[in-house]
Amino acid sequence: MTAIIDYDAGNIRSVCNALDRLGAEYSLTADPQVILKADRVILPGVGNAARAMESLREKGLCGLIRSLRKPVLGICVGMQIMCLDSEEDGAECLGIFDTHVRRFGAMKDAKVPHMGWNSIGNTESKLLKSLPKGSSVYFVHSYYPELCTDTVATCRHGDKLFSAALKYENFYGTQFHPEKSGGCGETILRNFLSL
Amino acid sequence: MVAKRIIPCLDVKDGQVVKGINFEGLREVGDAVEMGAAYSAQGADELVYLDISATQEGRRTFVELVGRIAARINIPFTVGGGISSLEDAARLLDAGADKISINSAAIADPELIGRIAGKYGNQFVVVAIDAKQVDGRWMATTHGGKRLTDRELFSWAKEAEDRGAGEILFTSMDHDGTRNGYPCEVYARLCSELSIPVIASGGAGSSQDIADVLTRGKADAALAASIFHYGEISIPELKRELADQGICVRLV
Repeated sequence: MTAIIDYDAGNIRSVCNALDRLGAEYSLTADPQVILKADRVILPGVGNAARAMESLREKGLCGLIRSLRKPVLGICVGMQIMCLDSEEDGAECLGIFDTHVRRFGAMKDAKVPHMGWNSIGNTESKLLKSLPKGSSVYFVHSYYPELCTDTVATCRHGDKLFSAALKYENFYGTQFHPEKSGGCGETILRNFLSL
Repeated sequence: MVAKRIIPCLDVKDGQVVKGINFEGLREVGDAVEMGAAYSAQGADELVYLDISATQEGRRTFVELVGRIAARINIPFTVGGGISSLEDAARLLDAGADKISINSAAIADPELIGRIAGKYGNQFVVVAIDAKQVDGRWMATTHGGKRLTDRELFSWAKEAEDRGAGEILFTSMDHDGTRNGYPCEVYARLCSELSIPVIASGGAGSSQDIADVLTRGKADAALAASIFHYGEISIPELKRELADQGICVRLV
């Protein structure tokens, strides 16, 4: 069973729908007992990183998430709050991934937010196995995790090369939305469900 | 590099997809969920569903339909039509819509843009503008082009961006349904004046029209209905032609 953490972090219905399509069993929950019993955990998130962290703190889940030794997948803001910190309202984050989350500056020929389909490169992780080379996935974000030793996939927006996916031990994260990324997204979610 | 997006638009009435020619003479062309799934499988990058029901009953049917679309479709989709309050937007978000598009209601109450964007983020709000040329100026219209407003296209689009719109969907009422191509110079100006993505809509008759609006028109995405619905252009063929012209598209 997969626990999808329910912590008032925007629209997480689409993650549930995606798991339904794959026939995966899940529980949408903020209950520590359910999270501890689950086989794996998804930390979704849409919106503001500082608010998401606040909500996670209010629910007393920060220490619990850090202590998990089962596969954990952070999606979008869920991944950003697994980094050290974010420039979005100066959020102090969980510190699982050894990188900082920065705001895209103004760029020539590249709009912010970075919205739409973009190809990811250097994909080297169990999470991304069997993806065709140059696969495109769906992004919607104005903040990005910098490249670091945990980076397992990169993406370029304008002149900025950033981490599209991260991995540290049992923790995974995607800046893009696998639940909205068509067949490639389904492959990634299936990979996660079989970890 | 972000790919240019190809977006089929499905006008929905009572759960069925219909397409008007210049918004009149509606014809039914298929089941809304099945058509969306088929477009998604063919490589559509996003879908737009517009509710053209005029009744309360039709609106309720649409919200249920949005729930079924969200359950089935694995790419982003926008819904629009008849959204005039934060509550309307919230209902559609809860049903699973990724974005909402507002048109007449934004002109009647421009603060609505900020209220929805403030709550759900800029990426959730698409402001649609139907405009036509009147005495050499591009003026916004409402109610399917029937009512002329005193809003000028470029300044209204900029105001919508400043108020929190995440994208602008601009349809030229002079070109919609004609299949003579998009007014590329108008799009190019709009794109240069805005910093948010612009979706071109209305007027595509061929793959070349779409290529033109994505290059000369600088648009970030092209939306079309009838050329896809009636099978005149298939999405895989269109994308191959665009890729052959050096346009960055997502090939599946």
